[in-house]
Amino acid sequence: MLKDQDRIFTNIYGHHDAFLSGSKSRGDWDGTKEILGKGRDWIVDNIKESGLRGRGGAGFSTGLKWSFMPKKSDGRQHYLVVNADEGEPGTCKDREIMRHEPHKLIEGCLIAGFAIGANTAYIYVRGEFYRETEKLQRALDEAYDSGLIGKNACGSGFDFDCYVHRGMGAYICGEETALIESIEGKKGQPRLKPPFPANSGLYGCPSTVNNVESIAVTPTILRRGASWFSSFGRANNTGTKLFNISGHVMQPCTVEEEMSIPLKDLIEKHAGGVQGGWENLLAIIPGGASVPCLPKAICDSVLMDFDSLRDHKSGLGTAAIMVMDKTTDIVAAIARLSAFYKHESCGQCTPCREGTGWISRMMIRMVSGSAAADEIDLLEQVTHQIEGHTICALGDAAAWPVQGLIRHFRPELEARIKEAKKHAVS
Amino acid sequence: MSDHDFEQPISFEFTAKVLKIAKEHIAKYPQGRQASAVMPLLDLAQRENDGWLPRVAMDYVAELLEMPRISVYEVATFYTMYNLKPIGKYHVQVCTNLPCLLRGSDKIIDVAKNYFKIAIGETTDDKLFTLVEVECLCACVNAPMMQINDDYYEDLDENSTLNIFTQLRNGKSPKPGSQIARNSCEPIGGLTSLTNDVGK
Repeated sequence: MLKDQDRIFTNIYGHHDAFLSGSKSRGDWDGTKEILGKGRDWIVDNIKESGLRGRGGAGFSTGLKWSFMPKKSDGRQHYLVVNADEGEPGTCKDREIMRHEPHKLIEGCLIAGFAIGANTAYIYVRGEFYRETEKLQRALDEAYDSGLIGKNACGSGFDFDCYVHRGMGAYICGEETALIESIEGKKGQPRLKPPFPANSGLYGCPSTVNNVESIAVTPTILRRGASWFSSFGRANNTGTKLFNISGHVMQPCTVEEEMSIPLKDLIEKHAGGVQGGWENLLAIIPGGASVPCLPKAICDSVLMDFDSLRDHKSGLGTAAIMVMDKTTDIVAAIARLSAFYKHESCGQCTPCREGTGWISRMMIRMVSGSAAADEIDLLEQVTHQIEGHTICALGDAAAWPVQGLIRHFRPELEARIKEAKKHAVS
Repeated sequence: MSDHDFEQPISFEFTAKVLKIAKEHIAKYPQGRQASAVMPLLDLAQRENDGWLPRVAMDYVAELLEMPRISVYEVATFYTMYNLKPIGKYHVQVCTNLPCLLRGSDKIIDVAKNYFKIAIGETTDDKLFTLVEVECLCACVNAPMMQINDDYYEDLDENSTLNIFTQLRNGKSPKPGSQIARNSCEPIGGLTSLTNDVGK
């Protein structure tokens, strides 16, 4: 188990002062000027070496992403955009960072902005997080007033502005190019890639979009060293991570742990175990609504990291763990997620706009068993017709939970159809 | 949008005080990119108009930002937090996505429907409460939960939900956040990490 002295987020529960003096006493803003003094390349190389992979779901190397930004400006501004549009069902980690550790995020913005040559950052916060935005804004005001950001940030000679942009209720804006469109004052509909944001992002300028947690951990990584961070977790899956454990556990909670921790240990040590005991477990969705569920047999031994979960045809995603015990109607649970994707499809690509509706309607029939027996195969076929055929990953995200259900719980679907037929005849 | 079941006001403009806030929003974005401020300005307009966004307010924002009206309508109709028709004083938004569903959001919806005597999407006759079902509000380890106006109410059960509604009806301000003995997202049975209190 991760030791307390190795935790990055030491005020994640908000038991202490979240603002400047409290944050400084916990080590934030310590030697920031010296970190910037080591130069862009040093920062990018160290973040690469730490093995930090993006904490927003896709798990792309943060350092590598930064290195894609042009080294010299061609006259265009560079932008850092922070994705705080937390919306993946099950996920509630960025919220805690913004309200309890806002200075980690702001210091991270300055360092990341410097590393990619961006004098301006926009933090895109989901609109429903109104109170969280108030706290973040208060911390930003403190940082400006103390000269930590703004002109000559931290006395480094680097000018850095950081603004909050509030979303207004659209899950799709968590997709990086939809988020950029939204900041530009448009509907949040994803752009075709290429061009990638590093070449042409916000206002057609080189931009990098990073998740809140990815940015908030970077100051601590640079202070304590890349090798400290990479000493946690398995190779290619390094570091510490915030996990959200919700659903049928005794003590739902958020906790920072070592990557690659066994799923069972995580739940038993921190969340008080599954309601009714581990044997009462039915299935777990390990990384937010978009990743396929895993039945108990896999949960017994799976490790919570990118590669281990991928090997079981699921994913770490946002590391939001939704636990379902044996009282759960697993078909209804996945049907609820299908309804969510139908609601959130932006309508731009036909396979997603139409397909999420088809999936949702078929899933409603699966719940009652009123589907035809061959509809299970048809449903799976529909998911494959959406997956990979859309501009962004929302289509994939709608397909995967249903594919996971069919993969692991097909007999349940078949039994339900059979049972409903029996009642229809009698 | 249908204009049939309610009246659209005939004019709208920001007060001098709100206009100043609007200009601060516009100043966050590069020159010539004032369209970026359309979302915060529509939100300001909605807050100035009892929580809903009339057509004239969209037109006013369009003019202020030198945007075609249709571009503003596109934004106002795309994002779910803009209310295009009048709502009650308290906008009760109950999350029913999976993490809340697993912990009993059905019961919270039932309590709300019974207490308000309305269906989802409706407003009480006294215009005090509008009840809606919403997608994940990302307070999942504090499920079930709901948002009322700008505040989250978390770790709900039937009694605490009823208590919140009753307080609001009586003109009181119920305490937001967790409704059980819990600060935020820590495990309820006692801390399993940060027990050495390295955070000060």
